[in-house]
Parts: sequence; C-alpha cells; structure tokens
Amino acid sequence: MAADGSGAPAGTLDARAGAASLPREARARRRPDWNGRIAHAILLASVLVLAFPLYYGFVISTQSLADVSSLPPKLWPSTAMLHNYAEAWSRAHMGRLLANSAIMALAVALGKIAISLLSAFAIVYFNFRGRHVVFWMIFVTLMLPIPVRIVSTYQVISVLGWVDTYWGLTVPLMASATGTFLFRQFFQTIPDSLAEAAQLDGAGPLRFLWSFLIPLSRANIAALFVILFVYGWNEYLWPLMITNSPDMRTAVIGIEALVPRSGSQLPEWNIIMAAAMLVLLPPVAVIVGMQRWFVKGLVETEK
Amino acid sequence: MKQAVFRNRWLPYGLVAPQVAITLVFFFWPAVDCLRLSLYRSSPFGDRLIFVGLDNFQKLFTDPAYLRSAITTFVFSFLVTVVGMGLALLLAALANAKIRGLAVYRTLLLWPYGIAPAVAGIIWLFIFHPSYGILPYLLSFVTAYQFNWFLKGWVAMVLITAAAIWKQFGYNLAFYLAGLQGIPGSVLEAASVDGAGPIRRFFSMSFPLLSPVTFFLFTLNMTFAFFETFGLVHSVTQGGPGDATSIMVYKAWKDGFEGLQLGLSAAQSVVLMVVVILLTAFQFRYAEKKVVY
Repeated sequence: MAADGSGAPAGTLDARAGAASLPREARARRRPDWNGRIAHAILLASVLVLAFPLYYGFVISTQSLADVSSLPPKLWPSTAMLHNYAEAWSRAHMGRLLANSAIMALAVALGKIAISLLSAFAIVYFNFRGRHVVFWMIFVTLMLPIPVRIVSTYQVISVLGWVDTYWGLTVPLMASATGTFLFRQFFQTIPDSLAEAAQLDGAGPLRFLWSFLIPLSRANIAALFVILFVYGWNEYLWPLMITNSPDMRTAVIGIEALVPRSGSQLPEWNIIMAAAMLVLLPPVAVIVGMQRWFVKGLVETEK
Repeated sequence: MKQAVFRNRWLPYGLVAPQVAITLVFFFWPAVDCLRLSLYRSSPFGDRLIFVGLDNFQKLFTDPAYLRSAITTFVFSFLVTVVGMGLALLLAALANAKIRGLAVYRTLLLWPYGIAPAVAGIIWLFIFHPSYGILPYLLSFVTAYQFNWFLKGWVAMVLITAAAIWKQFGYNLAFYLAGLQGIPGSVLEAASVDGAGPIRRFFSMSFPLLSPVTFFLFTLNMTFAFFETFGLVHSVTQGGPGDATSIMVYKAWKDGFEGLQLGLSAAQSVVLMVVVILLTAFQFRYAEKKVVY
C-alpha cells in the first residue's frame, strides 16, 4: 500500500555486521565464548523456525494427494513435484497471471522511481512558486493509502474507463512520497558546486539530471527498486478492485481462486501449494539476489 | 532546503506534473469523494444517492457488527505488534553477543519480507488445516480439543495472527539485533561494574537506548497490521467464521463491493483515514524525535 512513512532509524541495519572489536575477539579466543555460542544457537533456531513454514509448503507441493492427506504428515519431498507444478500452471493460468504480476510490479517500481526522481529534482534544484504546496501534497499522500479510499477510487477508475486495463493497474500507484523524499534527501547532500560546474560547461538542467544526478543515484535507485518491486508484486487490494476478467488478474489473487470454499470441492492442497511457491518465488528471489540494495532500501525508505 | 541552482520559468512545473497529476486524480479526488459519499446513502435501486448527513457514522458507531470489527482489528494489530516485537526483542537480547556472520543471519531472517501476506496466509492455512495440518495433528496428542479454525473464531484469529507475525518476525529481529549491536559495550560494562545484573542492565540501559528502534517498529507493525493484511484475510478466512476475523479494512471493502452500500463503506474509509492520521502523527511525534544513535 502507499502509506509509506519514512525514517527507519538510519544506519541500524547495515555496516554493523563486522563491528566486533579486535581486543574483545582476541580475549574471546582464549576461553570458550559461551555468549557467542548461545547467540549462534538462538539465531540458528530462529532461522530454522522461520524457514519451516516455507519448507513445509514446498514439501506439500511435491507430494501426491494421498501423501498430503496421510497422517502423520510427511515432512519429506516426494515425487509428484513436476506434475503438481504443471497442473497448477495450467489450471490457474499461471503464465498469464505471473506475466500480469511482472508487468504490474515492474511498471509500478520503474514508474514510481522515474516520477519521484523528476519531482525531487524540481523541488531541490528550482525555486518555483508553489514548491511548498507540491511538497505538502506529496506528503499528504502518505496518509491516503488504498484502504482509506476504497469505493471512491474504484469510481474514479471507472470514470476514466481504466477498469480491467494495465493503465488502471499501474498508473494510479505511481505517485511516491517515499521515493521523492529519498531522492530529495540524497540530492541535498550533493554539493551545489557540481551543478554550477555543469552549468559552466554548458549543461542545461535536464542534461545535468541525466548525466550527473541519475548516475550518482544508482545505489538509491537499486535500493528503491527492490522495495517497490516487492510492493507491486504483492499488492492485493488494488488488483482485486481494478480487475474483473481472469485475464487481467495478478498472481497473488489467482491463488485465492484455487482455495476451495465449499465442502464439495476436492481440496487439492498440493496444487495450491505449488501455485503459492510459484507466486512467492519472484519477489523473494529479487530480495535475495539484490540483498545489499534491499537492506539499504529498508533502512532508507521503509517501503 | 538548499539553494536552488537552476532558473527556468516552466521546466519545474513540467517536472512535478506527473506526480501532481497522479496525486490529484488518484489520491485527492477519491479522498474528497469519500468524505462526500460518507454523507449519502444509495437509494433502494442503487440508481441515485440520498443525502443523509452523519447518519452513516451514527449507524456505524451503534452497529454491534462494526464495533466488533473495530475490536477485532485492535486485538489483531495489538497481538501482531506486541507479540511479534516482544518475541523479537527477547531473542535479540539473548543473542546479543559480538558474533561473526551477522550479515548471513540477516539475509536468512529478512527473506520473508518478500512473501505476500496472502501467500503467507495460504501456507499457514495448511499448517492449521483441521484434517491434514501439522499443528492440529501435533496438538491432538496433547488435548482432545478440536482446533478447527473453520468453526472456532479464536482459532481463525490465531491463524491470521501467526501468519502476520511470521511475515514480520525476521524484520523485527534484524532491526533489534542491529540496534543492540549499536549500543556501545562501554555503557553496559560501566553498569556491570556498578553491580547491575544482566536483567537490570537490559531494562535500565539497553531497552531505553533501543527506544528509537522500538517506536519505529511499532508504527511499522501497526500500519502493517491495520492496512496491509487485507490479502491475508481475504485469501484465508474471508472474515470468518462468522465475522471473527473481519478486520476494518476487510469490512469496508466487503460492505462497498459486495454489499454495494457505498455511503456506509465510505464512512468506514473516513474512520480509517483518522486512524492513519493518528499513526502518522504518532510516528512524527515520537519515532522521529528522541533518536539516540
């Protein structure tokens, strides 16, 4: 959702990892470091407990229906994996749903980044009438997340004729207070002399933005991208409201359609879990693959 | 703000135009329309709106179902926030030693952030499944009580709370760990020399020093529990059984989209708006202020 407050305690998550001071470590080596061992044990246990539900879900997704419904529950992967994933893929039209999710997540993330880069640039580098009004308008969007304007937003989208379109799915989510504040803060740390020098070399504002600011902002852009991609991929209420046809649904909503709501349907939990694994893989992969940027993004944007 | 550098009459307006346009059309217009709609109700045939003043609000605040939904929401948010953060703080405090490989643990703790609440819910739904799930199976050795969330409201509540805490837990723990590592050892050693035991040290030194992290995580978890768990409820319990897990956002959506009571749904949105404003005010009043790094 869009209620993106800012202000994770800065520098809390990064950089501390290797901060163990040397004398301390040397002392610890002489006698067994019980505190350290306890700490490792606790963290390891937390990691395992945290991973168990995902593991369990994965195991279910590899089992046949007979395995799934057997007691005691079987906790090892079985052989039906390919069958289940193929079944989930075809039954839920997963290809189409995942493509829609990818379009939504990418368009929302890149759109938010582009739009907030432009507005932060204007706010920091120009003195124009209404600058403060614009700033406050952007700030107020923090207090208007989707759940706070459910019915009316739908009406606006239908007035525009955007129901069931990619426009409706993406454009309205592209305003970003968090992104704007992040870039604004970053631009303010760049010395004015850089822009002055660029001007002396004959670079106009747009050239300056393109050739200097954007390359300098690469780390911030990557950090923001991870957070926003995950947000776009996982957004639930918005696509639920804005799309009606099965062809325009996104993957997170698609799973719900597989869950049986009445007793008469056969609950094929292995298929449902296979679908769930397919849906959670892309955002988790982005986080793990871009973890350095992800941590930076968490700290600096808090969504 | 720093010195503006470039001069151009129209360019800055062009640069902020996309942001301003989206903000006006998709944020301000619907928000104002919501305020307006909350004063109307749909006619019996749904073809026009009838002005009713504050009737919708009066109806809401005297409707037991809405009050139940509000209580459910507060209990749920409170449990997610307090239990989730408390557990994370406890483990972080126990694991607070200078240890190697913290970055690796951080990655292993943070990945659940990427899982949609709805997907987390589906996994936990199966863990709680009365006939096949591992949790009721294990509990069946201890007690004959049927932990069937299809039938028992409180079990359904525990189910969505567990899923929400699971999704947030690694995040809370990672922030608390980092916060504790950030407290200079000399401060605690001084207290230790003065004869303070580990528990005393924690409550009189570490915990107050962690207050910025606590305030930050508190607003974050509250916002999450209030406004980002719609998918969890929609995909798992659909508000049920009965209305045991019908949180406010879910009810606002349901009354608007399934019940087609636009005015009533808009009034609920207005109430939620007040909640967001309070949370934001809290965040800026406390979380941003006494920041001790």
